[in-house]
Amino acid sequence: MRVTCVRPIRVAGALAAALLLLAADPGLAQEALALTPEYGHFPLIGARGAIWIAAQVHLMFAAFVLGVPMFAVVVEAVGIFGGDRRYDRLAKEFTRLLLIAYSATAIWGAALVFALATLYPRFWAYLTAIFAPSMWIYAGLFFLESFTLYLYYYGWERWKEGIAKKMHWGLGILLNVWGTIVMFIANSWLTFMMSPPAQVTADTAPQTVRLWSAIANATWMPINIHRIIANVVFGGAIVGAYAAYRFLAARTDEERAHYDWMGYIGNFIAIGALIVLPFAGYYLGREIYEFNQQMGITMMGGFMSWLWIIQAFLIGILFLTGNYYLWVGMGRIPGAERFTPYIKWLLIVLVIGTIVWATPHTMIASRREIAAMGGTHHPFLGVLGVMSAKNTAVNFMILTTFLSFLLYRRANKRPVIGWARTGTLVQGAAFALAAGIVLFYGIYGYFVSAIVRIGFSVYQVLAVLACILVVITLDVVMLRGATSRGAIRWGQMPERSQYALFILAVTFTWLMGLMGFARSGIRQHWHVFEVIRDTSPQAFTPALGPAATMISVCVLIFFGLVAVIFWLGGLAEKPIVIPAAAGTAVDLGPAATAGD
Amino acid sequence: MSRFRSYLSHPFWGSLLVLVFSYLGLKFGIGYLLPAVGVHSAPVPSSVLLQYMLTVFVAILLYVSTDEERWRAFKQPIRDVMVDPARRTMRAVLLVAFPVLAGFVTYGRVRAEVGAPPSLRSIHPAPPNDLTFRGERIRLTSLQNPLRESGLLEERVRTGGRLYVQNCVPCHGDRLDGEGPAAHALNPVPADFTDNGSISQLTESYVFWRIAKGGPGLPVEGAPWNSAMPVWEDILTADEIWSVILFIYERSGSRPRTWEEAEGTGEGDEG
Repeated sequence: MRVTCVRPIRVAGALAAALLLLAADPGLAQEALALTPEYGHFPLIGARGAIWIAAQVHLMFAAFVLGVPMFAVVVEAVGIFGGDRRYDRLAKEFTRLLLIAYSATAIWGAALVFALATLYPRFWAYLTAIFAPSMWIYAGLFFLESFTLYLYYYGWERWKEGIAKKMHWGLGILLNVWGTIVMFIANSWLTFMMSPPAQVTADTAPQTVRLWSAIANATWMPINIHRIIANVVFGGAIVGAYAAYRFLAARTDEERAHYDWMGYIGNFIAIGALIVLPFAGYYLGREIYEFNQQMGITMMGGFMSWLWIIQAFLIGILFLTGNYYLWVGMGRIPGAERFTPYIKWLLIVLVIGTIVWATPHTMIASRREIAAMGGTHHPFLGVLGVMSAKNTAVNFMILTTFLSFLLYRRANKRPVIGWARTGTLVQGAAFALAAGIVLFYGIYGYFVSAIVRIGFSVYQVLAVLACILVVITLDVVMLRGATSRGAIRWGQMPERSQYALFILAVTFTWLMGLMGFARSGIRQHWHVFEVIRDTSPQAFTPALGPAATMISVCVLIFFGLVAVIFWLGGLAEKPIVIPAAAGTAVDLGPAATAGD
Repeated sequence: MSRFRSYLSHPFWGSLLVLVFSYLGLKFGIGYLLPAVGVHSAPVPSSVLLQYMLTVFVAILLYVSTDEERWRAFKQPIRDVMVDPARRTMRAVLLVAFPVLAGFVTYGRVRAEVGAPPSLRSIHPAPPNDLTFRGERIRLTSLQNPLRESGLLEERVRTGGRLYVQNCVPCHGDRLDGEGPAAHALNPVPADFTDNGSISQLTESYVFWRIAKGGPGLPVEGAPWNSAMPVWEDILTADEIWSVILFIYERSGSRPRTWEEAEGTGEGDEG
């Protein structure tokens, strides 16, 4: 197929004509598509580079504006139903960040649409021929979402008591409903490109594709679920970074205390949601494999497999950093001293977990090293390169992180119930049992075939989740009415701890771009997998180096803009710092428990 | 002795010791000590060693900085060297030594070498969705081993064994462990079918593709490939290839991956 590259204005004109033809008579659709030039040209970075940046930065802002309302509305509910106004203030401050980020999302979204229409006009005409109705619904919902957001934020002070407050909270829920539907619609477009329905072939006229079958494709729901959770993680991390920035810039102790607390909540949300994210990712990977073996192998065992090593390393950083923040935070909690000797053991488990998870099966080695190993698999360390070892490592890291959180949570509390010691022993037994199950199946996995081994990861995950559920339930019951060993000294946090929050935000953002590249890259030289072939000069899948450079550029653009948003967030309104009410015990993690 | 103990318990010197011991353990323990006590091992490639040491280094920094007092004590020797007038000589030595060390490491990294550059290789490349076998187009994603349904399985396995001995033993070995007489003339060495990371991770259709198309049939993406596997469709019929596949699974005690049972769960090599 001949590659056609023309100037954007001509492309836009031809595209408009094609769309008019499409609207006027579906019978002319094929001709209209044929009239549309294939590709436009973008200076310096090329068409694909331009699309990549526009889509990636748009996605980062979109993830932020979809994730933050989810926990803003939960935090507002804690404020309403728990009677602690600090949470109401916090929810409002979260929402204030949304206002500015929302504009950035829309601007980058528009840039993406213009780039698609001018740089990939024929492909864009194809997509619009299938998805046009959903695009109009998307636009309508986007309008509703914007209106609801403004009403939600600007009505905060007006509707702050009684039934009006609850209706205001209802607006927050509505904001989430609109946002989620908008995301689901956009997800249907991109997942159609990955996993079009089986009946859609290269010869299928786009007008004959039923809209619902295109939307409800094989990877649509897995992506929806994965992105909902990932958005919460991402939103929490960015909010944490904002709090860190404001903490470092704070001029008074009150401000410092407020942003220390806000940073803690951001970290809690990000790490809490991160714990369940791998399970959603596993579900997505499984559906990709089931849709197409080639895609699955390209992603996990083929040339994309090295991405997973980088991912493992970055997630190792996230676990280490998230735990570090909790450990440093224990320095401001009276009573935490009794737990600090355990930190080194927790760290050792995390370090071993990171090392195991990031050990490649096929190693990068010189000729001499390969000859010494007898191949690219190391004879001793090679056992760490397979999924049995990696699943075991990540489950241990999740258990360790949960234990860190538990120690933090219990640091300044003294249970008053009679069976506290027995309860703690049961909790210890639950940890030991879960660790035993994870280790047993991790080792046993080496002695069975792949089909059986895959099932073991489910048992490992269930053991960890059951442990978390049992331990946290017991903990909540045991600490009911607990006395305090002293108030948490919010604000008395060393400055280096705040950089941990920055690292979390940057690492999450980088990971998002990296794994987005994996998801998109497994289509290889197809715009729509096995339906529309990419015939542009950039049809090749980039190697990891250039891809990582491009993703890093996107991360820099995003954080450059986020820095402006943080600065504007500080200009817009000073937060009203509300001191903790004595005796309030709303339980959103340790921050709000008795004694702070 | 007590002075030595106080050095060990000092955060800075203790950390330095952990770092040095980690390096020695990873570099010499895995590479040389384990083989000395009979454990099959080899030196850790420098890329992996760097990755491990970086993790250990970061972990040490995290540990010493979780506690304010420990962090201050850790920084004290560094601070002394930087500002203490009594340490002027050491400061001067370090000011020279560090740039020299950095220059030496940089030189080691960038200097031209005679050897061929390292190459990354995917052990399980992604198969195509379709393949043409002796002019017949086959959909690989839905392809099953037809001999499993045809009865006379034992006879088929025997046929596969005979074909394996005739054609495959020189490279893959009579124990299917990739240790055939010609194996070490090849780089990379042939696949070890007894390893549970090889054929037990693959569907039979995948193995059929790899045998039928051999090294030359490897996909364009991820090239350049490096495989000495011949194109067996020029030599064996489809039924003969399927027989060999039955044999290698049977003899190695592996079970082929089946999408029905595994429901397409993603599992891979991770690099």
